[in-house]
Amino acid sequence: MRGSTAPKPPSSDDEGFKKQLVTLIPHLRAFARTLTGDATAADDLAQDALMKAWDARASYQMGTNMKAWTFMILRNQFYSEKRRSWRQSQLDQEAAERTLVAVDDPEAPVALDELRQALDALPAEQREALILVGAGGFAYEEAAEICQCAVGTVKSRVSRARKSLLGILESGGYARDGRAAGDAMRSILADADRLSGPLRT
Amino acid sequence: MPKDMSEDKGASRKRGETARKEPRLEEARLRQQAIGVRLRHMFEEVVNEPVPDDFLEILRRADDKGGPEGGRS
Repeated sequence: MRGSTAPKPPSSDDEGFKKQLVTLIPHLRAFARTLTGDATAADDLAQDALMKAWDARASYQMGTNMKAWTFMILRNQFYSEKRRSWRQSQLDQEAAERTLVAVDDPEAPVALDELRQALDALPAEQREALILVGAGGFAYEEAAEICQCAVGTVKSRVSRARKSLLGILESGGYARDGRAAGDAMRSILADADRLSGPLRT
Repeated sequence: MPKDMSEDKGASRKRGETARKEPRLEEARLRQQAIGVRLRHMFEEVVNEPVPDDFLEILRRADDKGGPEGGRS
C-alpha cells in the first residue's frame, strides 16, 4: 500500500494553484517568445514549463511570487534544453531568422522587427535582464530571483543592455535589408507616441 | 507628483530644465523611453494573444493523472 506512489487527490490548494497558473500562461508565452525568438519553439518551451510548474507545485510556497517562480522554471528549462540541443543551434538560428522576417501583425511597423533584431545582437544574459525589467515589469529583485544572480548584476546587465540597444539601433549595426542607418531609431521614436497611449492606461 | 520615486521619474519631471541644460542627455533619454515603449509593446502583444488550447489541455490532463488515461489525443 505504502509502496505505490499514488498521486495526491486534488486538493483545494491544487485548485487555487492551478487557477493562478492559468493566469500566468500568457506571460510565460511572452517570456518564452523572447528567449527563443521562434513562436513554435516558444510555445513548446512554455508548455514544458507549465508542466514542470504543475509537477513542482508542492515546492511552491503559497503567497510568494508565483510569476517569478514560474519564470524561473521556464528559464531553467530553456537553458537546460539549449545545452542538450547544442548541435541544433544552427537550426535554431534559421528558425529565429524566419521569425524575424514573419511579423504577423499587419499593423506592425518596421520598428518591431528592428527591435527584435537589435535584441538578438545582445548577449543572452543582458537580453533576458532587459526583457524581465523593461518589458515584463519585474523589479530588479524579482529579476535577480528569476535569473538566480545578484541584484547588482541584474542592474548592471539592464543598464548595459539599454546602452548597447540604443547604440545598435542608432548605428544600424545589425543585419538589415538595405535600409538606411538611423531608420530604426526614427521609426521607434515615431511609434512611441502612437503606442504609449494605450499602453499607459 | 509628491516626491521623486527614482532618478528616472525625477528626470522626466524636470524634462524642461534638462532639455535646456543638456540637450544631448535629453535626446538620449527620449530615445531610451521610446525603446522602452516598444519593448513593452512587443511583450504585451504576445501576452494579449489568445492562449492556444494545448495549454489548458495540459492542465486538464494533469487532473486525470492518477486515473485511467483519457485516451483522447
